[in-house]
Amino acid sequence: MNLNTLEKRLLNEFQRNFPLAKKPYAEIAMKLGVDENLVLQILEKLQSMGVISRVGAVFEPHRIGASTLASMTVPESELIAVADIVSSFVEVNHNYEREHKINLWFVVTARDDKHLQKVIREIEEQTGYEVMRLPMLENYHIDLGFDLKWT
Amino acid sequence: MDVKVTGKTLMPGLQEFDEQDWALVRLIQTGLPILSRPYQVLAEQTGLTEEDVITRLKRMQQTGCIKRMGVIVRHRELGYRANAMVVWDVPDELVTETGRCLGQFEFITLCYRRPRHLPVWPYNLFCMIHGHSRDEVLQRLGMLVEKCKLEFKYKILFSKRCFKQRGAIYQPVQTSADKTKINLTGTR
Repeated sequence: MNLNTLEKRLLNEFQRNFPLAKKPYAEIAMKLGVDENLVLQILEKLQSMGVISRVGAVFEPHRIGASTLASMTVPESELIAVADIVSSFVEVNHNYEREHKINLWFVVTARDDKHLQKVIREIEEQTGYEVMRLPMLENYHIDLGFDLKWT
Repeated sequence: MDVKVTGKTLMPGLQEFDEQDWALVRLIQTGLPILSRPYQVLAEQTGLTEEDVITRLKRMQQTGCIKRMGVIVRHRELGYRANAMVVWDVPDELVTETGRCLGQFEFITLCYRRPRHLPVWPYNLFCMIHGHSRDEVLQRLGMLVEKCKLEFKYKILFSKRCFKQRGAIYQPVQTSADKTKINLTGTR
């Protein structure tokens, strides 16, 4: 993927500390020494290319709402159908196949624990497979974004 | 249950959210408008003032409800095609120390203690390693094992297919699977 220096800097240097000021993109533009419109254009482009999913906030699980990692053991022949059911829940944000007997891994987030448990029970009922709940107990890593290496 | 961040105890529910805070959360979870005055747009959608939107978001950051705000990149599209969840079975008395050691490495995007589910799942320490290739991930894992003395039973779960990836949605409504009610814009 061909990205220019400005695009790379926008991707790598602005994953956190997004300005909480009336014109945040203008502040970013000032730091980069360019025009606000150019910043807006590039971000639009990167989003339409799928390189960024959004400009937004990452919430701390357990500080607001309730969330858990969850997993299921699904026969290969049913995996896509089961994954589709799991993905259809708006409360599910990540849903991956992984290399293990327990092969479907997803994250469920809800406004409170009661709703979270309800969603998981619904997933179990609709798919017919048991869900293993793996909520976070302790966090050892502070999320500072993702350091991209352009090599 | 207490939730700890790098050993510091947090109290879940410490931050009281009012309905306007939730409305704001629902709006920004799918992304901030890429327009000159994005907070003004949110203000119009919530009935708050632009200043109030900014003040509320600042408070959410200060109280740790928002971990970070900014550009959310997609690793896969940027060439980080290998992603492994690595899990260890660490004795309870060593898990915090080991987790803290792992958590300091910049190429890790997540490092949590989670419950075991014996006998099927004996692993209690989870971390996520991204890399351009499987080899790079394994190389990084080797470094972690050495630096943090990770001589415990472990498993590497590389990701295969990605079925869904996006920010969390805190639903206002009580239903979920009913697709007709799915409201991806977060507006009411």
